[in-house]
This record gives sequence, structure tokens and C-alpha cells, in this order.
Amino acid sequence: MDLYEYQARDLFESMEVPVLKGAVATTPQEAENAAASIGGRVVVKAQVKVGGRGKAGGVKLAENADEAREKATAILGMDIKGHTVHKVMIAQAAPIESEYYLAILLDRSNRSFLVMASVSGGMDIEQVAHETPEKLAKVNVDPYQGLSLEEAKKIVLKGGFPADVVQDVSKVLVTLWDVFKKSDATLVEVNPLVKTKDGRIIALDGKVTLDDNAGFRHPDHESLIDTSATDPLEALAKAKDLNYVKLDGEVGIIGNGAGLVMSTLDVVAYAGEKFGGVKPANFLDIGGGASAQVMADGLSIILGDPAVRSVFVNVFGGITACDAVANGIVQALEILGGKATKPIVVRLDGNNVAEGRRILNEAAHPLVQQLETMDGAAAKAAELAAK
Amino acid sequence: MAIFLDDKSKVIVQGMTGSEGTKHTKRMLAAGTKIVGGVTPGKGGQSVEIDGHSLPVFNSVKEAMAATGADVSVVFVPPKFAKAAAMDAIDAEIRLMVVITEGIPVHDTAEFFAYAQSKGKTRIIGPNCPGLISPGRSNVGIIPSDITGKGKIGLVSKSGTLTYQMMYELRDFGFTTAVGIGGDPVIGTTHIDCLKAFQDDPETEAIVMIGEIGGDAEERAAAFIKEYVRKPVVGYVAGFTAPEGKTMGHAGAIVSGSSGTAEAKKVALEAAGVKVGKTPSETAELMRKILS
Repeated sequence: MDLYEYQARDLFESMEVPVLKGAVATTPQEAENAAASIGGRVVVKAQVKVGGRGKAGGVKLAENADEAREKATAILGMDIKGHTVHKVMIAQAAPIESEYYLAILLDRSNRSFLVMASVSGGMDIEQVAHETPEKLAKVNVDPYQGLSLEEAKKIVLKGGFPADVVQDVSKVLVTLWDVFKKSDATLVEVNPLVKTKDGRIIALDGKVTLDDNAGFRHPDHESLIDTSATDPLEALAKAKDLNYVKLDGEVGIIGNGAGLVMSTLDVVAYAGEKFGGVKPANFLDIGGGASAQVMADGLSIILGDPAVRSVFVNVFGGITACDAVANGIVQALEILGGKATKPIVVRLDGNNVAEGRRILNEAAHPLVQQLETMDGAAAKAAELAAK
Repeated sequence: MAIFLDDKSKVIVQGMTGSEGTKHTKRMLAAGTKIVGGVTPGKGGQSVEIDGHSLPVFNSVKEAMAATGADVSVVFVPPKFAKAAAMDAIDAEIRLMVVITEGIPVHDTAEFFAYAQSKGKTRIIGPNCPGLISPGRSNVGIIPSDITGKGKIGLVSKSGTLTYQMMYELRDFGFTTAVGIGGDPVIGTTHIDCLKAFQDDPETEAIVMIGEIGGDAEERAAAFIKEYVRKPVVGYVAGFTAPEGKTMGHAGAIVSGSSGTAEAKKVALEAAGVKVGKTPSETAELMRKILS
């Protein structure tokens, strides 16, 4: 889960990373109130999970609360690269002397954590890496050992920081490591980290990504989930604990196992090329050992998608038993009754396949047809969606 | 020969007394795996009856190894306790630990992987993987044992069900070993580790490598194949039509910007001499041509 900037700021503040005063607002009135309580000059910043908002006009300086209201009115509702601005952050303004860069992230390639530090902050770090690689330190940190202040200092020095800020920046880096570790983040990035004219080191903007798998030890993370941006079908699937992603095609897809479902999307898209370019309508992985109930929930969600014109159920039973899948299909169709109107193509293989096929044959539902191979079933589903 | 796992491997099940552990211990026993006991902290001294086998339960992997001579452990412990289970196995210096558990926080995996690296004794497969099977010899994890038998193909895949699908497509040839390495962002054994082991295994004649979108593991594997692998390799990458920015089930399966796309992986693999299929059936066909 990616956090909004204001959520990252709050998290930083709660863990003693130096930040400026800030508050989130969803209306111009709230923005004015927030600016008044912060006092003095403020910055009104669009809260979107996409880069380049400054260039798009989503960040404005305001001299006072009245002006903050004005700027917030302009920014709220703006479209930034396809993201509508629903919230702004009102942040205290600070006179900046220098802009730096710090980040800690999961380094998949090296199966480790990576710290990046650069004296050249405020701009795109890819650009720094490309143009002045000597100003960007990239150092792996052992996930088991952690990051000491001494190690942090070495990294900061390597990142080209001037001697007078090394101590303070290193302390901030160790605090950020704490945030990274204790909140189970996979990314903590501060860009820019600034030195103010009065010599303070402050995290001015933060990007944080949290590990969804670690939710069980962070019950508080649930409140950070942004439901406004979620597709209604995705929300429904989530409530049923299903792994569903809405896509923009016409063939509803249900399968077991992420790899097989991804592969099914491909096979359907290829088959669709022969039938007017029909495409998969979704990704839905019912997971390992799915029960009839899970199958029924999944099928109900797919059949409830108005864009879906045909459904392809592709299961290779490992732990998942094909008879449970077949029973799930039969149950879902019983529950839906006359509401189910779209053809369903089923391909079953693996664990208990004979029983699964028998159940579907016996039910002989007019909407359901079985095919033996994945390719054949994909072609049939694509053909039916094109009709 | 097979890789990592053969008929001499003695296996203990961490979390055997839990429902998942019991269910899969039963299946592994039926497949002929030499299960010699289980580990559940606090339940040491008990024994569990599974299908006529009386399996002793130990408090720690160290005790289990001392009593049974086990050299492989398979972990079915829930995510909350998986790190502790893994650390226990690594401390005991077991040769191979297979972590089936899905949903382990990546900080936990990164920690126990780093710890295992520093000790240098334990190979980790997974987490969030189906395990591995050397058909006719041993089966550790949740891969169905009846898809196909012993043969000459080696298979490595991030995905469980795609592993099954590919084994099924090539069932008339059979496999030396099929390894599901898992779809998490941090995994203990990579495509490269398996490619190297298959290249070095005299019984394996050809290799199928299955990848998916996200990360750069397939690109790295391609570079390794060019340098080291002399046996024919056939590849498949899932997710050609996956849109950018949508995570497809596996925590690692996401296309971000121009990196991690299936097309980029295909290009890298083909440049290393790997024949890449567009679908599982086409991939199987490519392998069929090589072997016949």
C-alpha cells in the first residue's frame, strides 16, 4: 500500500523524523482553517499518488489563510495524470537553503535492503544517478544486522554531503531506518530532505510504501487504506478475500494460482485477436485449496460485471479439488437463477478432475460448457464474448 | 540424479500438527516422501498417527535432526510464526528448508534469508512456493505427485499452477526435478540457482524455465544461461498482456514503467539462445521438438 504524502508526514512525525507542521484538507474551508492554525506562509499541495504534480500546478504557495483557501479551491478537483485531487495538504512553508535526497527500499535483485543518499535532492533521482553518479551513494544494508549510526555516516559522506550536516543527516537516516523497519515498509523516500536557512534538517516530502503482508502486526495500517480510489468490484472482491483486479475487456477470468491466471489472460488475449480483439475483463485468482463457496463468490462477482460477455474458468487442481470448483459453479448458478445470463466456459484438470467434470455434466446447465484444453477453452470464451 | 531432493532425503514437517501441515504430510507420505517427524514448539515428545505412520514431534529442528537424521525441512507454519520457524531451522544448519507459507512479511523473509546467508549452511526454497518434486523419488511441498513421473526434463518456475500445467503438457517425457521457487519479492532460491543445478545434473537433458512479470530475475537468468548453461533451455513468461501498475496476485508481479514487462524478459531470454513460447502449450511444443 502506497501512502499519501500527508500520511507519510504523520507517520514520520509519530516516529520523530523532523517534519514541518501540516494538515490534510478535503474542502477549501478546511484548508483555510488548517492554514490559520499553522500560521504564516503555507504551501498547498495536491495529494495524489503520482509524480510530477508540481509541474502540473498541484503545488502552490499561499501567504495567508485566505490565500490558502483560494489555492485549495483551484487545486481540489484538478486532474493530475488521470488522478483526481480529492485532498490537499496544507504545510508550513520554510526558507530552504539546500535540498538533499534519502531513501531506503527493498532491493529485490539483491534480496536485501538498499539505502540511497545524495546531496543533489529535489529532482528526479534517476537523473542524478544518470548525470552525476558520484553524488548518489547506493549501499546495501544487511536486513539481519540493521543500520548503525556509524554505517549511516559512511553512506551520507559517500553521498557527497558537506561536513557540517553529516551528523544531523545521519541521525535522520537512522530514524528513517527505524520507520522502515518498525512500520514494515518496502519504501521510505524523502525528496527533498532540506536544510533550512536557520540550519535545521527537515523531511519536506515523503513517499512510503507499506507491506500488506505485515498487516497482522499493524492493525493501525487499516485506517490508511484509501477506499475512494478503489473500483467497486475490486472492493466487493476484497470484502470476500478474493484476489481480483479489474481490467478493461469482455471475457471474465477465474483461475487458481497467480501464474496460471496471468497466463490465462495472455491466452485469452491472443485468442481474442481472431474475434474482434476481445480481451480479459479481469484477473481473479481463487487461490490454493479453494472451496465451493470461494468459487461461487468469485463467479458471482464476475457475472455482476456489466462489461463481461463470457466467462472462462481455468483450473488446474493442485490442492484445489476440481469437484469443489464444479460444485461452486453449480451453487453460484443456483443462487443467481435468472440473473445469470452469460455463457461460462470451463476447463478443469488435475486433482479430482473426473469427479469435477461429472458434476458439471450431470448439472447440464445451459450456460456451462466444458472444454479439455486451456487453448481450446480460451478460444471458445473469446468467440462467445465476440457474439 | 535429481537436484536438491532425492530418494535418500529425510524430511521433517514444521507445523505438522496444524491442519495444513497434517493434510500435506499425508499427501507427501502417499507420494513416497521419507517423512521422519515434525516440529511444533511446545508439543515435543508427542507423536502423530498419519495413515499408519507414527511420526514423532519435536520442540526444535535441532532435536528433530539429532533424533531422525533429517536433512530437509518443509515449513507449513502460519505467517505470524514463520520467521521463528525459519530461524530455528537455520540455527540447526539443516541442508534444505522449503517454505510453503504464503503471506510472510518481506522484512521477515529478508531477515531470515540474510541470516541463512551469513551461516552458509542452509538452502531456502520459497517462501510462498509449492515446493519441489523429484518424481518417483521424493515430493516436498504441495505439488501433486500424480501428474507425471521420472524423466529427463528439469523445470523451474515462480508459479505453482503453471508448474503443474507444464508438467502435465510434458507428462510423456517426465522430469528429474520440478522446483517452484515462489512469487514473493525475496526468495531463497532463484532461477539461476536451479539452472546451475540442472546444468550440473547429469540426468537432466533439457530445462524449462517459467517466469512472470515484475523484477529482473528472468533477465539475470538470461545472462547466466549465456555464460554457463549448455543444455537446451525453453522459456515461458506469464503476463504479456498485464497492464502497468496492477499487481497480479504475486507480491512481485507488477509492471512498473518500462521495467518488468514480459516482452523485455522474452527478448533477454531469446538473446541468450532460449526458445520462448507465447503460451504454455506452445512452450511445451518447443521442448517436444528439442527432445524428439
